[in-house]
Amino acid sequence: MTAVRHTGAEGFLQRFEGLRARLPGRRLPWLEALREDAARAFRAQGLPTRRVEAWKYTDLRPLGEAGFEEALSSIDGGQALPAAHGGGARAVLVDGRFRADLSALDGLPYAAGSVAAALPGLEGRIGAVAPAAALPMVALNAMLFEDGLLLTVPAGVPGGVLDLLSLASGGARPEAFHPRHLIRLEAGASLTLIETAMGPEHDGTTLHNPIYEIEVAEGATLVHARLQQEGRQGFHLSAVHARVAAGGTYDNFTLVAGARLTRNEIHIALTGPGASAHMNGAQLLAGGQHADTTTYLDHAAPGCASRQTYKTVLAGRSRGVFQGKILVRQAAQKTDGYQMNQALLLSPDAEMNSKPQLEIYADDVKCSHGATVGEIDHGQLFYLRSRGVPEAQARSLLIQAFLQEAVEGVTDETARAALGAAVSGWWEREALA
Amino acid sequence: MSLVIENLSAAVDGKPILNGITLAIPAGEIHAVMGPNGSGKSTLSYVLAGRDGYEVTGGIATFEGHDILAMEPEERAAAGLFLAFQYPVELPGVGNALFLRTALNAIRKHRGEPELDAMQFLKVARERMRTLNMTDEMLRRGVNVGFSGGEKKRNEVLQMALLQPRLAILDETDSGLDIDALKIVADGVNALRGPNFSALVITHYQRLLNYIVPDRVHVLLDGRIATSGGPELAQRLEAEGYATIQAEAA
Amino acid sequence: MPAVTETLETVQSVTDSGYKWGFETDIEMEFAPKGLNEDIVRFISAKKNEPAWLLEWRLKAYALWQKMEEPTWAAVKYPPIDYQDAYYYAAPVQKAKPKSLDEVDPELLRTYAKLGIPLKEQAILAGVEGAGDSPSDSGRMPIAVDAVFDSVSVATSYKERLAKEGIIFCAISEAVQEYPDLVRQYLGTVVPQGDNFYAALNSAVFTDGSFVYIPKGVRCPMELSTYFRINAKSTGQFERTLIIAEEGSHVSYLEGCTAPMRDENQLHAAVVELVALDDATIKYSTVQNWYPGDAEGRGGIYNFVTKRAQCRGRRSKVSWTQVETGSAITWKYPSCVLLGDDSVGEFYSVAITNNWQQADTGTKMIHVGKRTSSTIVSKGISAGQGQNTYRGLVRVAPTASGARNFTQCDSLLIGDRCGAHTVPYIENRCMTAKVEHEATTSRIAEDQLFYCRQRGLTQEDAVGLIVNGFCREVLKELPMEFAVEAQKLLQISLEGSVG
Repeated sequence: MTAVRHTGAEGFLQRFEGLRARLPGRRLPWLEALREDAARAFRAQGLPTRRVEAWKYTDLRPLGEAGFEEALSSIDGGQALPAAHGGGARAVLVDGRFRADLSALDGLPYAAGSVAAALPGLEGRIGAVAPAAALPMVALNAMLFEDGLLLTVPAGVPGGVLDLLSLASGGARPEAFHPRHLIRLEAGASLTLIETAMGPEHDGTTLHNPIYEIEVAEGATLVHARLQQEGRQGFHLSAVHARVAAGGTYDNFTLVAGARLTRNEIHIALTGPGASAHMNGAQLLAGGQHADTTTYLDHAAPGCASRQTYKTVLAGRSRGVFQGKILVRQAAQKTDGYQMNQALLLSPDAEMNSKPQLEIYADDVKCSHGATVGEIDHGQLFYLRSRGVPEAQARSLLIQAFLQEAVEGVTDETARAALGAAVSGWWEREALA
Repeated sequence: MSLVIENLSAAVDGKPILNGITLAIPAGEIHAVMGPNGSGKSTLSYVLAGRDGYEVTGGIATFEGHDILAMEPEERAAAGLFLAFQYPVELPGVGNALFLRTALNAIRKHRGEPELDAMQFLKVARERMRTLNMTDEMLRRGVNVGFSGGEKKRNEVLQMALLQPRLAILDETDSGLDIDALKIVADGVNALRGPNFSALVITHYQRLLNYIVPDRVHVLLDGRIATSGGPELAQRLEAEGYATIQAEAA
Repeated sequence: MPAVTETLETVQSVTDSGYKWGFETDIEMEFAPKGLNEDIVRFISAKKNEPAWLLEWRLKAYALWQKMEEPTWAAVKYPPIDYQDAYYYAAPVQKAKPKSLDEVDPELLRTYAKLGIPLKEQAILAGVEGAGDSPSDSGRMPIAVDAVFDSVSVATSYKERLAKEGIIFCAISEAVQEYPDLVRQYLGTVVPQGDNFYAALNSAVFTDGSFVYIPKGVRCPMELSTYFRINAKSTGQFERTLIIAEEGSHVSYLEGCTAPMRDENQLHAAVVELVALDDATIKYSTVQNWYPGDAEGRGGIYNFVTKRAQCRGRRSKVSWTQVETGSAITWKYPSCVLLGDDSVGEFYSVAITNNWQQADTGTKMIHVGKRTSSTIVSKGISAGQGQNTYRGLVRVAPTASGARNFTQCDSLLIGDRCGAHTVPYIENRCMTAKVEHEATTSRIAEDQLFYCRQRGLTQEDAVGLIVNGFCREVLKELPMEFAVEAQKLLQISLEGSVG
């Protein structure tokens, strides 16, 4: 096969044309139709430009110019994997493909496995929470996904902690992969999912384009921590779509430490009375990194609560974006919504753009948001130094404290510890590098 | 008779709280209603003041012969009924002076008295405030905004002193007060004592009644008056607690 | 909750009588032919006897406008506007300038009387010479007024008194004749012709508006104000205001506006440009009370306005205060470009939307100079089916070291069919700058209403008191005389909208 390099939206569409006969589930008419619809939507929208309001601060041109090809998985079973955060239960994907040989899923009280292997039974489930036409990156994923994690925790089952390891093998050429994860917690179930996205080991250019379809049923609780620590040549475009039923809780933490260009969209709909969402995140940016966290919280039912804390620290020439919208529908009386996003500029060349947003159609609500952008507080810095702490260490302490506020919002202890470890020492590492 | 309550029942969100209260306060008397948490004390005060959401399901309440249950809250206020709130409400941005003057003038207007302009009002208000140990600064702040618990209660007493009600209902005004503040509240009530003033003092503890000595004491249990007596009943409750009365009532 | 519902009902029942400025003046008018084309632009320019450069300037704007598209990003909805179905010039037929009150068209007299402008000023507004030049005998600070009636300024008071201080306060059409160099030097330098769709339209067809020039070191001895009145049917009003504050000068300016009640929607597309040089201060206050439409959403003014200030000088300061109670649709973002080091921008806003009113309003603070600072306080009140959006941009350039911004946006909802939205944009490219934004949404709490009523206030008075408290931080920024007027206006708007 001769490698033909395509760019922009056209490149992805041509890759779809070339691959479609070989994509998993090609004989399933519903899936065929779903991929067709996605391709149509993607063709219509293309890769969004900055003239599209939702993409005002993030430029995807470098993505269009990279010219991605299909990933050739090259990590074998013998490779040492990073230590798991939880009790050893682990699902591993390499280049977006589920790897039973690397995973450890035996004896779990719930079902976890490969999306590709289960495709014939997934009609109506794929695309149910994340409609293909809604977002360009969802459409892109729907066209090209091969696999993903399929997870269902039965009613009333406490699922404990599961590690999800997402590795990119990388290669000489830019490679793209588009996993589709389907996660369902039935009534009263619980699970803590800690995802670590890493690789490639070498400086290969990759595009990781995961889409999550998450259903949290009545009274269920899902804690979902995402630690993205991918290589600095990587592109990361993700979308989490979650639906939370009455009395359910979805707790999402999104950490961005890696990749050259990241866009994480988190769409949560609180669809039943008393549902709640915790949304927290941290973006740790240096060099020429660009990261964009865009949240969309839909309060569709009465008596729901949401809490959001997002923190960004920016060194070098990095650029950070936070866009966060809270929608309160007319039916969502007694909503309690709060959002805070804060950024620390650590370098004169860094830039932060922030757009919090409230859209409210119910009167009996308590909604507020706050945003700050600034540098490290000189008073605090001086206070620490006057107590004998050297400046570099004082800075590091203050950055750490700043990030910790977001981490503390995570309701599960294991996830909180994993995130705390991931953010700690970031500044020392960057300052040394 | 000042206040007459006969067989009064009320519900909140469909749940019965008051189950047939009967009690009468002759003009010039101060009565205390005591009861444990959840006995319906605050509900009684809200029903008498006309708060939305407190549904009267039976019985009557008259004040100086008028059916108050049929009146709007502001009409009851104009008729001379004053409720000192257990938790006085904050009104951000609404200056305390403006609020007090607006309220005073609304009531004066109803009584056919001339309204006070800002200067006249300040003169009257400052006089009252001196006796309550309140500073001018409290007039400039938003109503109850940033007030300590004691300041809020003093602000209630100031309003009572200005509005000169003929029936005051004190809804656990003593909760969260230190002894000095408690005396100030009591002095405020005692200053109004006279043949044309009655009060209903609602409280959990006997402490306040050392300073406002009631003519009668009623014990409220499960939305009913379980027993009534003189001031000595309060002493007995302090010593024995509500359990004995509960046992007797059962 | 039932208390609020009841209030809503009470208030809605008086809605139709709520707008007290909705009458129409029957007076002989002169119109340009309906529609918009190059000939109309030439007609307006000729009517104003303008120099060639200004006609060229207008024609360039018209050419730009034709290539532009109406903005759609605001959170407002309305049927497409037929720009050819309106008059772009309408003016009362001017007789010889009247010498006494008796000679003034009684209809104009009645108009100003009804609008509540005192007799003495009334005489001035109707164009009686000399009546306005004696100092006010009431002992209050006199207020100089420029009255714009549809497309023309009918009179400006206290001109001579102001001229003694070197202050120019006149209609912009007059300034074009009398001070062409000043107008040419500044016109379009803050809001260029092609800035946006409505600004381009205004640049092509603007008819009148006010011109203010405060010389170096002068503190304007009185409030300046412009009173805008739309009267004629099927006309748009396109006024243009230009205020220049020279080094060390100080001016406080206020504009007010009303219009008749009509079933049709009328377009008001104004441009206001402010220039503040070193150490100059401009305080610009607006009480916007255009006809808001009726309880069913019929009629009302489309208020699509571009207002911008340049703080060009060091330590210059511009403060915008607006009370927006009228208009069917409001689309305006009074902004400050903070160029001079240590310059200051402020935006204080109250916007009420009742019935079917829609407002998309806010500000832009562009920090360029060092240590520039800005404050934004926005209070939005939604009632009925009203939709109220705060939209604001705070942008800090890399040059603006030590810049500061603080933004506070609060929304109050009255009833469950309205909407309150907050859309701030924060763009910071300067490490040493600090930007802070806070927004809250709430309603009038049931316990607040009950507390007030227990003290004897009626439901309506209680709502008025609480809403005025909510707006207090903004209202206190208005000049004294207007603060009282604005408070009453809030209450009236609420009567008709909130309940």
